[in-house]
Formats: sequence, structure tokens, C-alpha cells
Amino acid sequence: MTAGNGALEVRNLAKHFTIGGGLFGPEKKLVRAVNDVSFTVPKGTSLGLVGESGCGKSTVARSLLRLIEPDAGSVVFDGIDVRAAKGAALRQLRRRMQIVFQDPYSSLNPRRTIQQALEEPLRVHRLGTAREIAEKIETAITEVGLPKQALDRYPHEFSGGQRQRIGIARALVLDPELIVADEPVSALDVSVQAQILRVLERLRDKRGLSFLFVSHDLGVVRHFCERVCVMYLGRIVEQGVTAEVFDRPLHPYTKLLRDSSPVPDPTARLTLTKIMGEVPSAANPPPGCTFHPRCVRAAGPCMTDIPALNEHDRGRQAACYHPETWPGLQAVAAAG
Amino acid sequence: MQQNQETALDIRGLRTEFKVGGRWYPAVRDLSLDVAENETLAIVGESGSGKSVTALSILRLLPQAGARIGAGEVLFEGRDLTKLSEREMSSVRGNSIAMIFQEPMTSLNPTMTVGEQIAEAITIHRGASQADAMAEALRLLKEVKIPSADSRLHDYPHQFSGGMRQRVMIAMALACRPKVLLADEPTTALDVTIQAQVLMQLDELKEAYGMSVVFITHNLGVVAQIADRVAVMYAGEVVELATVDALFANPAHPYTVALLRTMPRADRATESLEPIPGSVPPVTAMPEGCAYASRCPLKQPSCEDKRPELLPFDGPGHQVRCPVRLEQTRG
Repeated sequence: MTAGNGALEVRNLAKHFTIGGGLFGPEKKLVRAVNDVSFTVPKGTSLGLVGESGCGKSTVARSLLRLIEPDAGSVVFDGIDVRAAKGAALRQLRRRMQIVFQDPYSSLNPRRTIQQALEEPLRVHRLGTAREIAEKIETAITEVGLPKQALDRYPHEFSGGQRQRIGIARALVLDPELIVADEPVSALDVSVQAQILRVLERLRDKRGLSFLFVSHDLGVVRHFCERVCVMYLGRIVEQGVTAEVFDRPLHPYTKLLRDSSPVPDPTARLTLTKIMGEVPSAANPPPGCTFHPRCVRAAGPCMTDIPALNEHDRGRQAACYHPETWPGLQAVAAAG
Repeated sequence: MQQNQETALDIRGLRTEFKVGGRWYPAVRDLSLDVAENETLAIVGESGSGKSVTALSILRLLPQAGARIGAGEVLFEGRDLTKLSEREMSSVRGNSIAMIFQEPMTSLNPTMTVGEQIAEAITIHRGASQADAMAEALRLLKEVKIPSADSRLHDYPHQFSGGMRQRVMIAMALACRPKVLLADEPTTALDVTIQAQVLMQLDELKEAYGMSVVFITHNLGVVAQIADRVAVMYAGEVVELATVDALFANPAHPYTVALLRTMPRADRATESLEPIPGSVPPVTAMPEGCAYASRCPLKQPSCEDKRPELLPFDGPGHQVRCPVRLEQTRG
């Protein structure tokens, strides 16, 4: 771990929840929502986290900011241990790492103007005089492409896309270095989605922001993120450069996910000969590789042992005993 | 319409209005569409384009107060659905025209087993006995590929996953062998791998039952997967109508062109997304002329004066509501 390189480094992150166990409820059970998740987001880059509902991608996002306390593993941002930080140090970290949610309406107080909503984080962090605060807010609101008059209005007066701009502006006023974006464009129409992605791209280029970008949409991730981690039932099953991962997937789940994503081209209709089953419950995952009941390549150890995330050529990683084969993409032997 | 096929449903000049501040405003204007037997017609558009209102108008499921069908006809089996009594209409709904919605949990009764709910439609519309109806319900659950259907028949909706609930809804819609299935964003709430399963299943069932499907969606990727023909809606109007191949190979309306450019693809790199500037005009302030003019790169002064008509473009069945584009291709 190098100190002060501006990167976010996550190692072996785990989060478990317990369900049931009440007086009349079902038996108490441990849900391993996130298991052994490791990745790095270098300064100024975007890492995508893709997967279907319940794969743990949002839990990872929230654990990083300790909006949910992780159970194990380390989260290091710019050389500072996030999990060990307390008091002023934690507050300082939270200024530098901001989150943008899917539905900004549910995270904006309907009785406060946009001005008040944007002021609050600055007051909490005691940043600047009244005049400096006003300037910061004006910069942020213009940066996301809204007029200054928007500041005197209330959240209900804005459309979904405009509210998402406000959500982004609120994250920006603190001059963060990393933005965790949890499905930031999923609730928006495509034309508006493109507008918001433009805003985020501009911020990444201009401010040198890093992004952890959580999404279920492979198209959006391919467009916005250099690298991607594919999650399935709480584990990363594949990671690498986004275009390479989607063009030449190693893990059968990545391939299934890609082949299921509809593309606007009637000549490329889905030809899934065998799409099997649904994602099993995280409370009762299958033994071995959790994907094996849906996998066409499952055989031998897949049923009993969890595969490790192995190194492949070109900086790729995949957790699979029988990965897809592509020329020039062999597993790196015993990398340790 | 596909060649040599009978029209199953014919909408002519539909105008659906909503009351806002004491005045009636049209949410759907001058909408004419037909669906052939055994055809899938996709209606694609963004929020507020009027695509769902169109489906609700066909089945007359609009709210009692504050909404009305202002003009037009919906012709089905020789009758105009807009003129039927409420009683006659209930014998059409869920019977010869069925509908499935985006969120199955809000359409299913949480206090009845799924078997009872499917059987209910069969006893009401077909007068079958409870035992026969339950047997048919079981057959339908198997047909939509619900695993261990025999025991799931007696389960309640909350015991099913989202994808399975949507299959239950489809089974229920198929119960009376409808001629037309209206599907309003049926896969939008589902994960992509489940969406792919449901889309392929809908396509198989369409063939097996010889149904027509009106598939409403905002997702152009889904349109490309499932549609035979496509109607693109903008601000309450159809702006382009084409076969699915023509629409994606040769989009005519500037809005369709722009929409295709805003969608990032999973299978190839999109260098730069081009957002559509501006926003859809509100229903209470529709401009005189073309509704898309304020956002359109091809805009001419004349666009703002007169509302354009939906006119034939090159290629069979291809229509577009844009005089500038028509001029370009002719000139």
C-alpha cells in the first residue's frame, strides 16, 4: 500500500447480514452478501461494478463509505485506512469520498430549497465563510448544467434528470476526489441518461475525479468505465479492461450477462440456446462455484470447491475452473 | 401490417385527454395503428410519450375521473371498443384482449394462491368448473416453465421471485387464449438474464397461441429483440412507423435517429454519446407545429407553424412525421 497515491484499494472485503431469528420468524440465517472482494481504483479512473440484483454491488458501494460497516477486509483511500478512521479523520475522509444514489428524490429533503440542500454538507464540514459557501454552490450548480435560479426552488419542481444533476452537485460542493455512483442513471430515460453521463465524463476529465460506478447496464459501464468487475452472489467472478471483458469474456457468467443484454440491432437477436435458472438466494447459496447450477461448463470441482480469482494474460482475472478459451488469453500459471 | 394477414386490432385517430386545471389536454393525439394477427408491434418512447396511455385506452382502463377518450375508434372483432358498455367491455378484458404490466406484484392478489388467481379468469370468462379451471391453471404454469408447477400452484405471489411472478402474470393472461396481448414494459423490472428468458418465452407463446402482441417499452434493445414492426412515439404522437429492420437500418425521424445515438451498447464501443438537448414539451403547452421542433437539428421555420402529418417514407409500410426528411429523400 503506497501512501498518498490517491487510489482506493479494497482488499478481501466481506459483509454478512443475519436474517430471521425473531420470536415468530424463520430460523436465523447468515447471508454472506459480500465475500472476499478486492479491487483498486487508481486516481482519475473509473471502475465499473456490474451484476444482477442481489449480487452485492450496492453493499460494496456502501461499505466503502462505511454507510454499512463491513465485517472484514481493508479499505484504504489515498494511504488512509478507512475502516480504522474515527471522528475528525473519518469526517475528513467522507468529504473526499462522496456518493450519488439512483433516486435523488428520496435523498433530497422536499421542504428545503436546492440552496439549502447544497449548503448543508459545507456547514457540516465547516468549510468556508458564507460568501465562500455561496461561491462553491454556484460553481457546482453551473458545473452540472443547471441555471443559478434553480437554487431557490424545491426538489419537486425538477424532473428526474435535473434532480440527478442536483444529487451530483451536492456531492461536488465538497470537492471530493472519489465518487461512488450507485446506479446513477438507471431511473432515467435514455436521452436524459446520456446527458448525465456527459456531465460525469466532463467532471472526471476536468476535476480528475475517480469513480466507482455501480450499474446493471453493461452498455453504460462499457461507455463510462475503463475497467470492470463482474459480481455474482457476493463475489467478483471476473475483472479486467471493460471492452476486453465484454468482447472476450472468460467467466461463463460474464458471457451470459453479455449475451442477455439486448442491443439495438435486429440482426443480432438473442440466440441463447440455454439460459438456465435464476440467481439463487444469497441466504442459501449452492456449494462450490455459486454459478454452477446455471453453468453450461460446470463439471468436476465446480460442484464442491469455490474457484479462486486467477490471473490471466493481459491483466485479466477470472474465478472459474473451466474458463472460455480465447487465443492469447491463457491463465498465468501459479502466480501465487 | 404484414402481408396476407388479417388485422387483429385497428386503432383509428385515437385521442386520449386528461383534465389539468379544469381544461382537457390530449396525452395521445391522432394515433392510428393496426396490429396484424400473429404480429408483434412494439411501441417505443420515453416517459410521458403516451405509450402506456395508448394501451390503457384500448382496454378502457383509464381513471374514471379526469381522463377520457376524446376521439377515435378501437376496432376489434368488428366492434368499436370505445362504444361498448362497461359490462360488454368486461367480457373483452382479460378474455380476448389480455394485458400484463411492469410490476406483477401490484397486479397479483397477495391473499390468493396463484393457481386460484389463474383459475378465476377461466371460471369467469369460460364458465369452467373449479376443478377444470385448476387443471388448466396447472397446464399454464407448466407452459410458462415454472419449475415444480404442481406444488407452486398452491403458493402465494410473495413466494415467487420477480421473474417467476411475471411468468405467473403471463400464464394468467394466456388463460383465456387472448387474440391480443398488451404487454406494458413487462421486462423492465427484471434482471437482464431473466429479461432474456421472458422475451424469448413471450415470442414462443405468441407463435403457439397465434396471438398478436402490442409490446410497450422504452428500451430500443428490447425492441430489436422482439418486434416485427415498431411505432416510435413522441409527445403523444406516432412520429415513425416501420418494420423493425427498416427502423434500425434506416431510421427516418430525427427523434428516432437521436434516440439511437443516446444508447450505449454492451457489444461495441460508443465513442461519444449524443444527448438530445432540451426536454419534451409538457402536455399543457404543446406547440402549434411539430412537437419535436425545439430539439430538432433539422428544424426549418415552417416546422413551428403547422403540425406535420404521418406520411409514407421510402420502403413498404415505413411512415414518418417529418416534412423535412421527406423533402430530403425526394429531392
